[in-house]
Amino acid sequence: MFELFGISSQALFGQLLIGLINGSFYALLSLGLAVIFGMLNIINFSHGAQYMLGAFTAYFLLQYAGLGYWWAIFLAPIVVGITGIIIERLFLQWLYKLDHLYGLLLTFGLALIFEGTFRNFFGSSGLPYSVPPALQGGRNLGFMFLPNYRGWVVVFSLAVCLTTWFVIERTKLGSYLRAATENPTLVRAFGINVPRMITLTYGFGVALAALAGVMAAPIYNVSPQMGANLIIVVFAVVVIGGMGSIMGAIVTGFGLGLIEGLTKVFFPEASNTVIFIIMAIVLLIRPAGLFGRSA
Amino acid sequence: MQRVAKARGDLALRRHSEAIAFLVMTGLLVVAPTFAYPVFLMKALCFALFACAFNLLIGFVGLLSFGHALFFGWASYIAAHAAKVWGFPPELAILSGAATAAGLGAIVGALAIRRQGIYFAMITLALAQMMYFFAVQAPFTHGEDGIQAVPRGKLFGFIDLADQSNMYIMVLVIFLGCFLLIYRIINSPFGEVLKAIRENEPRAISLGYKSERYKLVAFVLSATFAGVAGATKALVFQLASLTDVDWPMSGEVILMTLVGGLGTLFGPVAGAFFMVTLENYLTTIGQWVFVVQGVIFVVCVLLFRRGIIGELAQVLRVKL
Repeated sequence: MFELFGISSQALFGQLLIGLINGSFYALLSLGLAVIFGMLNIINFSHGAQYMLGAFTAYFLLQYAGLGYWWAIFLAPIVVGITGIIIERLFLQWLYKLDHLYGLLLTFGLALIFEGTFRNFFGSSGLPYSVPPALQGGRNLGFMFLPNYRGWVVVFSLAVCLTTWFVIERTKLGSYLRAATENPTLVRAFGINVPRMITLTYGFGVALAALAGVMAAPIYNVSPQMGANLIIVVFAVVVIGGMGSIMGAIVTGFGLGLIEGLTKVFFPEASNTVIFIIMAIVLLIRPAGLFGRSA
Repeated sequence: MQRVAKARGDLALRRHSEAIAFLVMTGLLVVAPTFAYPVFLMKALCFALFACAFNLLIGFVGLLSFGHALFFGWASYIAAHAAKVWGFPPELAILSGAATAAGLGAIVGALAIRRQGIYFAMITLALAQMMYFFAVQAPFTHGEDGIQAVPRGKLFGFIDLADQSNMYIMVLVIFLGCFLLIYRIINSPFGEVLKAIRENEPRAISLGYKSERYKLVAFVLSATFAGVAGATKALVFQLASLTDVDWPMSGEVILMTLVGGLGTLFGPVAGAFFMVTLENYLTTIGQWVFVVQGVIFVVCVLLFRRGIIGELAQVLRVKL
């Protein structure tokens, strides 16, 4: 054990770990937002609600079907992703020709519906969801104690983020996606079913949010408003990173999580607001965002 | 020649339609206390002004602010604090609330207009959330309790606002005054430039208009009117609380404007009265209020984008 500026390494690394975990969620969520925005030109305000739905799906699977964490991490994104596909077919597809703002307003309405409904049935207090047996306990790294589950969250979400990046930037499927983002009409002329691609992209982005929700369930409680405040922070993350780049979203997400963790150690009063302050500074210095192209 | 004459005739009719609608609205508001609770009406008027302020941005400059609760709520805190702790008379309390909102509007606006469209909405939302956290932490706001038992005081030193009808008249005068001012702004040369920026910003810039400066002034004006509404609401309810700075309030004012009709003059007023009335009937259903609001959002965006007044104007073929 050693001390740094009067703060024990245990506290410092503990907060850094929490920062990294928050950063994983920021990265997963802003990644989903960026993918959806790229294809649909819609800012998905219900992203936070869909993260909450992922956590609740995991909870329901355990309560009513006896299916544990490992089933949930596989099934919940699929279930919530399918609801996303239904939402796209029912509502969003009518908005592509309108001003972007209508997409934001519609998904905001959907978020109110989801969160209001769940708050009605489950109140405001959280429901517990336990860490899966295989990941209980922790290990001593010498300078800090690392709970296994938290290590898993960081490693797994990093893997998901990098896989997504790889698929979009380095594979044939990804090149279709990027081409359809640039010029949908031309890509359609090549015989590719762009509307179906749009639908599946929305489903995929939503599934990422649900996956983050499942991973968050054992750390935070499962509660109806778990996504509402998170989504606003994620919006700030997206403004800081700019939505032009997938890698940008990942790096910004993890980086801001770490900065938030550090702030909790050195200046706890500002830990709620530090990301918004960074956003204001970035807007002053680089209005297009760190990784963004100016629109 | 004929076409010019017809256009002139249309213009005259349009002017008249707005004047007639204004007289009808004023008449209704004057007689309203005989059949509705004054506090309910005052609440609706405060929200109507708030929605008009918001509509000034979305309807006439095309900027969607998702953080207008910031100006509404902080103005209400400052007005309540000024009236209760500093002992300001009501007119000065409202003015100090409005001035605070104007100052915050200048800061937030200067940051937010650096990005367009969807980013503008996200930035205003994020900055509003930041100021919400400040409101939670600042000692003078009294956290969850809010500033309670705010004295209404005596307007200009001799009109006792504890009297409900005096209070109603003051709120009505504030609302109508601000409404006319907003009408004047929209129909001034300045307002025409704003509409040009909304329609085609690069073109407006190419014509030599400094669009950023126009947008900033419009933002500050909108924030100020939202501040007047929030400060007045603090005196009406004698309370300033976290509800007014939190993001659902920003959502609510968007919904009111959307229901009434984005970019129409009377839409925000109709929308505010509609939503306040609806919520009055729905107070017993608790959290379902959010679900109802969400459903109205979805229905409006998909099927009813013109809103109440927009549809009415379409049917009557006039401008409202």
